[in-house]
Amino acid sequence: MTTQTAENVKLFNSGHTACAGCGLALAARLVLQATGPKVIVVNATGCLEVFTTRSPQTAWGIPWIHSLFENQAAVATGVEAALRALGRGDEARVIAWGGDGASADIGFGGISGMWERYDDVLYICYDNEAYMNTGIQRSGLTPFKGHTSTSPAGKASLGNMKQKKNIPAIAVAHGLPYVATATVGYPKDLERKVKKAMEFKGPRYLQILVPCPLGWGHATSDTISMSKLAVETGLNPIFEYVDGKLATAMTVKQKPVEEYLKPQARFKHLFRDAAGAEQIKLIQEIANSNFAKFKVEAAK
Amino acid sequence: MKKVTEGLKAVAESVALCRPDVISAYPITPQTHIVEELAQIVADGKLKCEFINVESEFSAASTVLGASAAGARAYTATSSQGLLLMMEVLYNMAGMRLPVVITDANRAVSAPINIWSDWQDAITVRDAGLIMMYAEDNQDCCDMHYQAFKIAEDPDVQLPVMVNMDGFILTHAFDPIDFPSQADVDKYLPKYKPLDFLSANNPRSFGLMGGPDRYLETRYAMAETFKSITPVILKAADDFKKMFGRYSGGMIEEYRMEDAETVLVSMGSTISDLKEAVDTMREKGKKIGVLKIRILRPYPAAEIKKALGKCKRVICVEKAISLGGPGILAAELKSAIYSNANKPEVSNFIIGLGGRDVKQEHIFELVEKAEKGVCETEFIGLDKKLVEEMDK
Repeated sequence: MTTQTAENVKLFNSGHTACAGCGLALAARLVLQATGPKVIVVNATGCLEVFTTRSPQTAWGIPWIHSLFENQAAVATGVEAALRALGRGDEARVIAWGGDGASADIGFGGISGMWERYDDVLYICYDNEAYMNTGIQRSGLTPFKGHTSTSPAGKASLGNMKQKKNIPAIAVAHGLPYVATATVGYPKDLERKVKKAMEFKGPRYLQILVPCPLGWGHATSDTISMSKLAVETGLNPIFEYVDGKLATAMTVKQKPVEEYLKPQARFKHLFRDAAGAEQIKLIQEIANSNFAKFKVEAAK
Repeated sequence: MKKVTEGLKAVAESVALCRPDVISAYPITPQTHIVEELAQIVADGKLKCEFINVESEFSAASTVLGASAAGARAYTATSSQGLLLMMEVLYNMAGMRLPVVITDANRAVSAPINIWSDWQDAITVRDAGLIMMYAEDNQDCCDMHYQAFKIAEDPDVQLPVMVNMDGFILTHAFDPIDFPSQADVDKYLPKYKPLDFLSANNPRSFGLMGGPDRYLETRYAMAETFKSITPVILKAADDFKKMFGRYSGGMIEEYRMEDAETVLVSMGSTISDLKEAVDTMREKGKKIGVLKIRILRPYPAAEIKKALGKCKRVICVEKAISLGGPGILAAELKSAIYSNANKPEVSNFIIGLGGRDVKQEHIFELVEKAEKGVCETEFIGLDKKLVEEMDK
């Protein structure tokens, strides 16, 4: 694990109101441990904002701002521009931070604009695969066949009809120098990627899968194992692209997707009958194709 | 020395003299020449500033919000649909007490889509918590910008200011404009010193959630601030006069109201039309005057109440409408004068929407109508034949 020093432990403080077993709270702490104090965080509306800053309290030991659900990228642009304009460019670097809804859905136009402008901002998407703060509604990053309150499983439906929007690929297509995915189950990998991201100038994208016991319906003690299984099954490959080329992809011994799906209530409808079993086969195909893709690309 | 300049370019030059640190830009008619001119001023090296092309007005507002929160003097401009797209950000910017200055080139709101002038855009955001100034002419508009930054950044204010100028009527009109020297503007408007800002040297959190236990007090604080802004606005104009020799200020302006029995009330460039009509009617012996609302927020209720203490009839001439509701200027005005002993009749007319020309005969017509009895949200200048065709 990362060493906690007296200084960096204060960057993200305990006492916030995150749920038990929250993967996101862990991610926030790990990210700031890796960046150190010279950052300004622009946070979209969502779980992270809500559970860290119930006025007059704040969990943040670094300068932090929240404006709206969908403008984190443009606010980050403004902060970064102000630092340059005021000759404070060396004071801090800017991180924009939003959930999967804020990033893949409502705020996506702004993120694309920021990437195109090539602003010196690290964008972090914490991906808990649904709108958790409003009570588990589907987002563009909700997994195939996942049950949420707006993609419910029922007699005529087996959950979310769409696959996850491929934001890392879209980020690579924008010409970002650094694009990576990570998850809290591999904290050293996460820390290394944050540090790596900070070595580049310009826009960078880091998508962190953060299990949500409440939304995913797993035991609060299983956050780390769920995070690891997401990678081990191939459903959430973790990798890095540097200057548009695959630099690393985590190689693991592949596990069947059932090991990941079964402990989660959001997939329980897939274990009831033959129709569900068919869907699990499709999910296995997604996982297999991820495995094949990242092996092939890594070999280039 | 005066220089004949297009309204939008004059605004751009004035804004540049205010030395903003960050400008965000997105095109929309009729505002576009402001950001084009500022882009050129920056490209020519005449203004050192971060000029940022963004992908929407929503991001234009968000970018200056972020810049202001980090301690920069920040500016953007917009119109119509763009302003409505900014609306969520405007509320947030005001609530976060960020002294951004925004120019709105007032334009009609779709549908039908229409690029021409009326006030519907800005009127629609009047509850957001911005100070709202309305320019009568382009010199007035330029002078408002120097004052706008000063008012916004006043430690006792710390709120965004919107300067409104009528689309095309002002934006594209060429007038001789008196530009002050950079040295004088620097003296009038020194470098922005934020009270609090995002800094790694003093890590603080901005934009926290305020639950039912704190939200009410936060909004109360804003409401209280609005009660104390008027002296700051007046002082900004007095200081401006001392420095530049001309007075462009005040919450309201009274024109030929000494003995006026009838008072026409309006804002923006419409005031010039009304003044001309009043001069004509005065020549014919009518006791009539004009009351200009120069600052819409904070609403100058006390000034209006005093100014309308003696007249018999008030006629609000409005270029925006609250569909299904009362006349907007009229409703606010009525509430301002409700406790007056003198109770004038209050009529209101909708005029010039979507760039329809306001002619002198329209003004004579509405005065004549109001003299016959109180009129409520009555449209003037309608093409009767077209109305009948649309009815079919």
